[in-house]
Amino acid sequence: MSRVVRAGALSVRWEPRAAAVGVGLLAVGLAAAVFVVGTGDFPISAPEVVRALVGQGDQATTFIVTELRLPRAAVGLLAGLALGISGAIFQSMSRNPLGSPDLIGFTTGASTGALLQILVFGGGTLAIAAGSVAGAVGTAAAVYALSYRGGGVSGHRLVLIGVGAAAMLEAANSYLITRAELREAYEAAFWLTGSLNNRGWEHAAPLGWALAVLVPLALAYGRRLTMGELGDDAAQALGVPVQRSRAVLVAVGVGLTAVSATAVGPVPFVALVAPQLARRLTRRTGPHLMSAGLMGAALLSVGDLISLKLPVAVPVGVVTGALGGLYLVWLLAATGRKGTT
Amino acid sequence: MNRLVARDLTLAYEQRVVAEGLGVEVPDGSFTVIVGPNGCGKSTLLRALARLLKPREGAVFLDGEPILGQPAKQVARRVGLLPQQPVTPDGITVADLVARGRYPYQRLLRQWSREDERAVAAAMEAVGVTELADRVVDELSGGQRQRVWLALVLAQETPIMLLDEPTTFLDIAHQIEVLDLCSRLHEEGRTLVAVLHDLNHACRYATHLIAMRGGEIVAQGRPSDIVTAELVERVFGLPCRIIDCPETGTPLVVPADRRKALTAGML
Amino acid sequence: MSTPVREAPVRKEPVRAAAALGRAGGLLILAGALVAAMAASLAIGAENIPLGRVVDGLLHPDGSREALIVQDLRVPRTLLGVVVGASLGLAGALMQALTRNPLAEPGLLGVNGGAAFAVVLVIAFLDTRTSLVYVWAAFAGAAGAAVLVYAVGSYGRAGATPGRLVLAGAALNAVFSALTAGVMLLDPRTFDGFRFWQVGSLASRDLEVVAQLGPFMLAGAVLGLLLARPLNALALGEDAGRALGVSPARTRALGALAIVVLCGSATAAAGPIWFLGLAVPFMVRSLVGPDQRWVLPYSLLLAPVLLLAADIAGRVVARPGELETGIVTAFVGAPVFIWMVRRGKAPKQ
Ligand SMILES: Nc1ncnc2c1ncn2[C@@H]1O[C@H](COP(=O)(O)OP(=O)(O)O)[C@@H](O)[C@H]1O
Ligand SMILES: [Mg+2]
Repeated sequence: MSRVVRAGALSVRWEPRAAAVGVGLLAVGLAAAVFVVGTGDFPISAPEVVRALVGQGDQATTFIVTELRLPRAAVGLLAGLALGISGAIFQSMSRNPLGSPDLIGFTTGASTGALLQILVFGGGTLAIAAGSVAGAVGTAAAVYALSYRGGGVSGHRLVLIGVGAAAMLEAANSYLITRAELREAYEAAFWLTGSLNNRGWEHAAPLGWALAVLVPLALAYGRRLTMGELGDDAAQALGVPVQRSRAVLVAVGVGLTAVSATAVGPVPFVALVAPQLARRLTRRTGPHLMSAGLMGAALLSVGDLISLKLPVAVPVGVVTGALGGLYLVWLLAATGRKGTT
Repeated sequence: MNRLVARDLTLAYEQRVVAEGLGVEVPDGSFTVIVGPNGCGKSTLLRALARLLKPREGAVFLDGEPILGQPAKQVARRVGLLPQQPVTPDGITVADLVARGRYPYQRLLRQWSREDERAVAAAMEAVGVTELADRVVDELSGGQRQRVWLALVLAQETPIMLLDEPTTFLDIAHQIEVLDLCSRLHEEGRTLVAVLHDLNHACRYATHLIAMRGGEIVAQGRPSDIVTAELVERVFGLPCRIIDCPETGTPLVVPADRRKALTAGML
Repeated sequence: MSTPVREAPVRKEPVRAAAALGRAGGLLILAGALVAAMAASLAIGAENIPLGRVVDGLLHPDGSREALIVQDLRVPRTLLGVVVGASLGLAGALMQALTRNPLAEPGLLGVNGGAAFAVVLVIAFLDTRTSLVYVWAAFAGAAGAAVLVYAVGSYGRAGATPGRLVLAGAALNAVFSALTAGVMLLDPRTFDGFRFWQVGSLASRDLEVVAQLGPFMLAGAVLGLLLARPLNALALGEDAGRALGVSPARTRALGALAIVVLCGSATAAAGPIWFLGLAVPFMVRSLVGPDQRWVLPYSLLLAPVLLLAADIAGRVVARPGELETGIVTAFVGAPVFIWMVRRGKAPKQ
């Protein structure tokens, strides 16, 4: 049940359950991040990490925390946030739990761009980042243009054409991977799985700036997204400019996908699983962008912590896939027992 | 001039032209009912009047100005629409669905005013779904669902309401109930435009009847002035007799018994 | 809702009969196309062999180079293409009918994830070169994963609703892909073996693969085709289906079984060629409409034609090397698929 806070002509609606879930997820994400910062060749205890973060630690520790390890934790949290929100946008728009950017080509496009840089042009970090942004944005533009017909784009058609594009791009990726030198292909595969190794402020800062623009925009359009679930006709009759909102939301969703892929590689399944998990935890209908985003952040952050603690080096994408998938399995089973969907 | 007027509309989906040179005036304060066979363009016309479909030619005017040039939310505070096939989001509750009708009045920091609360409660009360408030819409009967959607449009509190087949899926008692409700809204001063399939209901409730066929308006006016056996035959291809309704005195359409004719022909 | 009275119902019968005749004719044409594709697949390759010589080589195996190429390479490859294509096409059609989701491809029931995980385990931990080990590992992995997906999706009172099955499939595929990636990245050798399996290819498989998996595919196909009528009834919704005498739970369980057997064998034999199972039923629906009695056989025949065509194209464009079937399938199939979506004739399901 929702609560309302009113002050004069202003009123804000909030749902205690959703808020509690949000706060809980944020706490989990931040706690995991603190432990991530504490983990490494030179272990630092959690209280010391916190002391260093608030400027109370000794010089050496503060340097290690803020300069060397904090960026990694920040990238994990921010990229997770971006993935969760973009997943929620596309699933809501297509009214299909499979309509996540993983499956409709945008993430695959980012991979293709990056693979071309890694395997064909031999570009450096910056070139790889540029390649993946170009890949995601180019794919999205092509998919959007191809879905445009009769004065508009339907979410349904957008997703189907995206799946077609994903198939082609995946084939292109396979081609590049199978034709490359083993060593290079192996490195590329690491990138494709999503990794948070060696992330510095040069990764975290641009990601933070991009999200500072994209996330508020997404949230501002969140209510229109909610209305869109009533169908184009009803939404438009209620005063939602459906086509314009859809164009903006696609752009924002692609932007979020692209910047996260640039920062951590195309971590699979977070965008697919996070909105579904958030929806089941908050028991809300509608796209609930913020819960999905916080769920993504918690998933990626906890996943990173686990990948650091494992005896063998595995990229974070492996852990998030396993973690998110298992959690969703558990939730499905739990809700199934109660007879709800 | 009337508030909602369409001039010289050419309405089309991609290549398929549904209507050409169509002009309609919705008389202010009327209960206008549109009738016509399936596929004749009733929904298409309604969608154009609610600016959901951009006419290929011509324009719809709301309060004297082209409707397409006006801000979306401002239009939505004056014209509401119940689509023929609304989409119900998975797992949504009745109260939440009806609350979405308040969208045109809401802003980022005005998410749920007392006015919203009152309008939603009144709308649910009016269609009698208050007790269902916390139920999940997917789990309601077809008729209950229809009334919930009607409440959504009511909550929008527009002076002009366009209803596409509001009585479909309802049993006879609920049909009459919904039409009585419409009638009451009309008496309170609203302008209603509804697509109905039952000619007798149309004749009883409409103050202004529009009969369409193949994207054209065949006749319009007061039901008792225009409804004749010839008109029904021309619009629906249905031979019939028209008698006076013993209850209201409005025209009552009694289809001819074609089984007699058929048997006679076979003998 | 009333129906227009003008439509005299009498006229419909001949129209419907003509449509049925047209569709049956279409099936014949597809069957012809399949035969032609098989012939082309035997004749065309790194080295083209005239059809006459192909027939000679088959009838009188004289040990000549050409006879050997036809017998040992082209025949297994062609037969594999036919059974794999048919299985994927039919499994895809069943999957989309069952889940009422046009994005659902048959591998989603856990088959892709399970098969890949089993294969990567074999590559990493068993020192084997025989392709049959891979095949059976993949089949076992696919079946195991599918059982898990079905168990999760149908657990509890809510039962195996299409939505829950799709989500359970997505969830377990996520888990298995993650595990697969983890094992694959353990060392470059494993990665090297796996990257080629992952593409999907018809090349260099023995006839033995077809012989061993064939019976499974046949059984799956028969079961699948028998489900056309119940699926038609279920397409109207669960209640309407029940009213027509169909048990939704049983139809779903049998359908899932057929899908897993078909898609599992196909994936075991040729690796994941997922796009075929997604796109072919979609194309078929836009050609013949939603009636499963036509959708299923059309998908069964159209998919192998496309797969063989893609395989042949892959042999021709990169001579003397070749492009893997999976790559060509996506590259040729996707534009056609996109074009059909754009034309928008396909029903929404
Ligand atoms: N979205 C659409 N795309 C193409 N044609 C449509 C669409 N909607 C309706 N039509 C066609 O327009 C005509 C009028 O439809 P409609 O206005 O829905 O009729 P009705 O009078 O039954 O409400 C019909 O021939 C119908 O097939
Ligand atoms: Mg209509």
